[in-house]
Amino acid sequence: MALMQITDEMKRVDAYEKARGEATYLCDFRLDGMLYARMVRSTKARANILSIKVPELPEGYYFISAKDIPEGGKNALHMIAEDWRCFAENDVRYIGETIALLVGKDRGILYELEKKVEIEYEELPAVTTLDEALEKKAVISGEDNIMCSLECEMGRSVDEALQMADTIIEETFETGYQEHVHLETNSVACNYENGQFVIYASAQCPFYIRTSIACTMGLKPEDIIVRQMTTGGAFGGKEHFPDVLAGPLIVACNRIRKPIFLIFDREEDMEFSVKRHPSRTVFRTGVDRNGDILGTDIKIYYNAGAYLSSSYVVLQRGVFHSTGVYRFPAARAWGYGVATNCFPTCAFRGFGAPQTLYAIEMHMDHIARRFGLDPAEYKRKYFLKQGEETITQGHIVEKVVLEEMMKQVTDASDYFRKVKEYGIGSGKGIGISFYNHGGAFTGNGEQAIIKAKLKLRKTGEKVEILCGSTEMGQGFRSIMRKIVSATIGIDIDNVIYDNPDTSKVVDSGPTAASRSTMIVGFLCEKAAKEMKERWSEGDFEVVKQYEHPEGHPWDQATFRGDAYLGYGWGAAVVEVEVDRLTNEVSVKGIWSSHDIGRPIDRLIVHGQVNGGIIQSLGYAAMEKMESRNGRFRQTSMSDYIIPTSMDFPRQEWFLVDNPYPWGPNGAKGMGELVFNGADAAYMGAVERAIGRDTFSIPMPPEDLQGVIDRR
Amino acid sequence: MSKIYFTLNGKRVAFDGDPLKRLVDVLREGFQLTGTKEGCGEGECGACSVLKNGRLVTSCIIPVGAISGDEIVTIEGLRDTEQGRCIIEAFAEGGAVQCGFCIPGMVMAAQALLLRNPHPSEADVRLAISGNICRCTGYDLIVDSILLASRKGEGLW
Repeated sequence: MALMQITDEMKRVDAYEKARGEATYLCDFRLDGMLYARMVRSTKARANILSIKVPELPEGYYFISAKDIPEGGKNALHMIAEDWRCFAENDVRYIGETIALLVGKDRGILYELEKKVEIEYEELPAVTTLDEALEKKAVISGEDNIMCSLECEMGRSVDEALQMADTIIEETFETGYQEHVHLETNSVACNYENGQFVIYASAQCPFYIRTSIACTMGLKPEDIIVRQMTTGGAFGGKEHFPDVLAGPLIVACNRIRKPIFLIFDREEDMEFSVKRHPSRTVFRTGVDRNGDILGTDIKIYYNAGAYLSSSYVVLQRGVFHSTGVYRFPAARAWGYGVATNCFPTCAFRGFGAPQTLYAIEMHMDHIARRFGLDPAEYKRKYFLKQGEETITQGHIVEKVVLEEMMKQVTDASDYFRKVKEYGIGSGKGIGISFYNHGGAFTGNGEQAIIKAKLKLRKTGEKVEILCGSTEMGQGFRSIMRKIVSATIGIDIDNVIYDNPDTSKVVDSGPTAASRSTMIVGFLCEKAAKEMKERWSEGDFEVVKQYEHPEGHPWDQATFRGDAYLGYGWGAAVVEVEVDRLTNEVSVKGIWSSHDIGRPIDRLIVHGQVNGGIIQSLGYAAMEKMESRNGRFRQTSMSDYIIPTSMDFPRQEWFLVDNPYPWGPNGAKGMGELVFNGADAAYMGAVERAIGRDTFSIPMPPEDLQGVIDRR
Repeated sequence: MSKIYFTLNGKRVAFDGDPLKRLVDVLREGFQLTGTKEGCGEGECGACSVLKNGRLVTSCIIPVGAISGDEIVTIEGLRDTEQGRCIIEAFAEGGAVQCGFCIPGMVMAAQALLLRNPHPSEADVRLAISGNICRCTGYDLIVDSILLASRKGEGLW
């Protein structure tokens, strides 16, 4: 390739090696003398462990458990706090909790050995649903199973607003589990090389793994090296969860001192990995006789599972997005992270925002229809504008161009003609949704917690990008090389950006929260500008550290202020036809518009938009994962159905140009935004087609019948 | 136990071992052909797709004993042919590749389609890759890339 202009669409730097089958994912990687590991997991939701009987092990096979954690270490993984145990010890808190690792050369033998491990349990009362936990069927966390909570409020008094209302509309919305189904399953290896532990991982956040398992071993994070392998999809599923593999592996490697690989098969990855939080959102919204909203009181419950992991942060994002893209005269939101004896829930693209955004969109649709108003026109009256107040009493800093975006999608889809033509219950429907996503870490997290760094190193004509941010399919390695190439004016082939190795790069923070382009990309652009000016100085390095933009006050103790540095914005229209006999929903059209500032690469953005929207439609239409007594019922790709190429038609998509002042080339975050709204547009269309309100997703055809039968 | 002979990427090879071993394991472990990926182990996702006598099959549910005398082509056997290069170039140009784990299988699916239908419609392409799951792209750019390969590779199939 040649010199890149920022406006040129690029071929991804990793496209050929991946398409040729030459990229090295962890499963393709070999080390001399390598062994495999298999997890021994809890089969009970909550129980005391009375005894563990290990079968006789062939030579070269090992059973590794909490007893093998070295002196000075702790049976904990330091995710956001010391929380999740490395190995269950004395008791188990969810089905699938790691009790031990079996390690040896032959995976078939490990599989057989695992079946022979006998664990004697004393079962304890468990809570495995939100209701059981809230009713305190058993108390497993604190006094009331609420692991974390927060409240925020804006505008005038919500209580007064509700008192003045002519009608209070109370509605409850629920969303289900969602499984990431990254095509590459969770995979981590550990080796001891030159006196140091080295982790090889399919992961989003190499520096997270280091911190997490240093705690287990009683080491300093910098004592451990983490090398990211080519990562076959993540979507949040490889943000904190690789720690759960890496912890037991480093303990095993410490004892055995041989390379050990832990590669989940699909069934394990489905049944025993983190998921998106199931949620319940309850609105009490006061309206006057014209349907105008006076205020809303929102209660939000997320099923966090047995350990906190990232749930408090996920919950905060859910609360901060619960009023959607709207400004109401008064709003209050309460969030509760509920402990259950279920597999812990964690990050998934959108990170808590999709649940509440789905809920507010459906709620707005329902109120509009109740008053005979068109949902698009109704929602438009409440669009947030620049300078207006958010749910956290912060302000929208950027120009909001939702009106323009609405026009793009309604014109392209012929929305206003179709809503008139497709009568309620006619079998045909069209729905519209509006959504946003706060870019980067919440509040002052970028400033107070992450403090991202990035280094550029010039050697001759070549420039190397040294930071911990990872490629997981979203295109980050490509756009970073493009930023450097275009900024300095050098051939993109002279820009190097390898998968990070924590001993060689600086910590640019986790690859999460739609922050990488916006925060790390901006550091990269700044460093490249300086390097261009000093180009003639020979070989040198430039290091840049995050600087917080002025004018974003935030108080983390009270959750007041600007929750985000800026938002991405979206609008989506979905058109459907519903078969009256089978309830099969056929999607006839998908239109979207997004404000992501100004894109770094239009083709890469195109792929993100398409992929995010299809994941969101899968979430609404088909991806059903149920938990019964703490065990997932869907454990394979035959029974947990995700979209194929036949399920949805080609998308029509738009961007608006609205450059963001603190992003590279005016870009802001977009990876999660594009997940946040197609689900509600789809359900809005289905509701119009069947002439019924709906209150939950996923909504596969078999569940639609129940809605239609409801009187 | 008798050996199992088959043609692998144009060369006659022999497998000496358990005939129930899955073809994907034989390819990846026995022949170090790691371009073929395992995504689900039950024939649902298509990441392990290879050609068997020119038709697309999922190598995770085929025991090696069942391919005696057959002609197997993997991504390693396709990628440096004119047809393979054309598809891969179109995938790069068209933005079809994101995380990449499904992509070798997608390339094989594209080849299987173009072998029997060099001028497919969009609907033909969607049907041809319907057994290949991609979680990243939402498929549009993969579909476009296969159509691009079909145009650019006019006469190759």
